[in-house]
Amino acid sequence: MSENRVPEDDEGTVLFRVPLPKDPGALKGLAPLIIKHHYEIDYIHSYAQDSPFFAGLANQRLLGTRCGSCNYTYGTPRAHCMECGRPCDWVDLPQEGQIHTFTVCHYGSEEFLKETPYILALIEFPGVDTLFLTRVVGLDPQASSLDWIGMRVKARFRRLSTFRPTDVYFVPIGT
Amino acid sequence: MRPVYAVSGGVSKFARARPDLDFRGMVKEAYDYALTDLHLTPQHAREIVDGTICSYFSDHFTRQLKAGSMVQDYLGLCPKPGKRIEGGGATGGLAVQSGWEAVASGRFDICVVYGFETMSRVNTWKGNEFIALASDTNFDYPVGGFYSGYYAMMVVRHMKEFGTTVEQMALVSVKNHRNALHNPYAQKRREITIEDVRRAEMVAWPLTMLDICVMSDGAAVLILCSEDGLNTLHRATGRTPLPAKITGVGGGLDAMRMADRPHGEVILLPHERPEDYRGLKYPGVHSFRAGRTAAKAAYQMAGITNPLEELDFIELHDAYTSSEIQTYEDMGLCRYGEGGKFVEGGMPFMPAVDYGVHFPEQGRIPINPSGGLIACGHPVGATGIMQGVFALWQLQGSIRAHFGSDVLQVKNARRGAIHSHAGTGTYVVISILERGD
Ligand SMILES: [Zn+2]
Repeated sequence: MSENRVPEDDEGTVLFRVPLPKDPGALKGLAPLIIKHHYEIDYIHSYAQDSPFFAGLANQRLLGTRCGSCNYTYGTPRAHCMECGRPCDWVDLPQEGQIHTFTVCHYGSEEFLKETPYILALIEFPGVDTLFLTRVVGLDPQASSLDWIGMRVKARFRRLSTFRPTDVYFVPIGT
Repeated sequence: MRPVYAVSGGVSKFARARPDLDFRGMVKEAYDYALTDLHLTPQHAREIVDGTICSYFSDHFTRQLKAGSMVQDYLGLCPKPGKRIEGGGATGGLAVQSGWEAVASGRFDICVVYGFETMSRVNTWKGNEFIALASDTNFDYPVGGFYSGYYAMMVVRHMKEFGTTVEQMALVSVKNHRNALHNPYAQKRREITIEDVRRAEMVAWPLTMLDICVMSDGAAVLILCSEDGLNTLHRATGRTPLPAKITGVGGGLDAMRMADRPHGEVILLPHERPEDYRGLKYPGVHSFRAGRTAAKAAYQMAGITNPLEELDFIELHDAYTSSEIQTYEDMGLCRYGEGGKFVEGGMPFMPAVDYGVHFPEQGRIPINPSGGLIACGHPVGATGIMQGVFALWQLQGSIRAHFGSDVLQVKNARRGAIHSHAGTGTYVVISILERGD
């Protein structure tokens, strides 16, 4: 943001009355009225068939799934196989893997702005066909480099579960 | 299937905010422009239009469900049939193809495809949150995932795999902003350099504010006709518009979670060989399998075997400079991995515009002559339709009439493509348009 400017936010003035010209012909020139409209909601969200994954995190287990038919192994679980449509079984994933790709988020959705900068990465695991999206902690966000790809990382779990995918995060091995 | 023609279009100028008009008013603005271009009065249109396709992405931004019904009555097109199409960032392109289906099938002879988005109604980062809800809300969004972050991860892998550079990405931004200087419909019209792009604020490494399209309010309308529809228009106006024929449509989807994308074999286009890609794991997170699938189908239908030789221009979905480069490859303008070199060589630039950079092969196939999403803005439901309008004007040779200058007119444009793309390549559609004479 440029330094010679007052930061803008969404706050405005509460206005109860507004002048109006008597002549209806002048109304097309009226500036648009802009009001603030609040909207908030709590959803009752079931993790449904994905639930064991979140229960696993609360017990220091990182769970994926494996297709009982074609053996395709999912690093992010899904209850049915994307390759053959058969039901999958839950399996423990290795808790060590390597960074497949990453980014450093200097901005984000409003909900996560207060946590920036943070590192997102897709992790690959040996013997697993798909990846897992997670935060990486313990690298300097200002020192991002393609050399981070291939770095070996291991899972760490929050002691107090929030039952969100951030109950697990990854750190470089050796730190 | 019957032949389908685009005959007229209009764009309500994309802007950061349009507090003076709501979504109905913006669509009406674009609709009236399209009718005027046909010399058709709204009263006449009301008699001869058979139905509509409505395009908008996000109920969160609109916070008015069934907004399509409200547009329909505002345009005076009740009680004619219509429906809403939604497919993330590709919504507009999908709507154009739905309009094509309605006409090709024989259901409608004259179909109005309209789209809009009203993104100024929340702040930018709340807007990013709304868009991020178009990613898996169990596994991706709650980790802090948002779209710039996802695309950043994709291009980081592209950089690692193929050696693509941030300077090559910045060139896309230079091109699209510079083109937009000559497009009065564009939201951002700036002369910028590679250094400006790299010095801009970092959003998600390595993507800066100038690698990423902005949020917009805006609307667009494209009118599609059968041959019978062309005759009806002629009877109503005494004129025959110069149409563009839609000769190819293709689409594809991919897994919502990037983590789920396979690492298999490249889907080949007719001019490619398996040995071009030995050892490349595809699509991974570096390429868009849905984009390649869409291209393959659209080219096959249009009879295109070498797109670089057989297309005169493309309006493609450059939500990110990186995704424009990745899309060159998906669309087979160069091989996978060569997108960075393709832009560095100058191929996708306009041949006669000065970009302040010397290129060995400038202007081989202009990509985003309009300035693309990066400069025109991206009011999601309108974007793909805007591309259709700009493509029609290119093929009509009417850019001067609509832009007030022919700097961006692709000379003797006979065949072009429009490409619409939703989040991380989950929905991609490509349509081929050709001069109808
Ligand atoms: Zn299977």
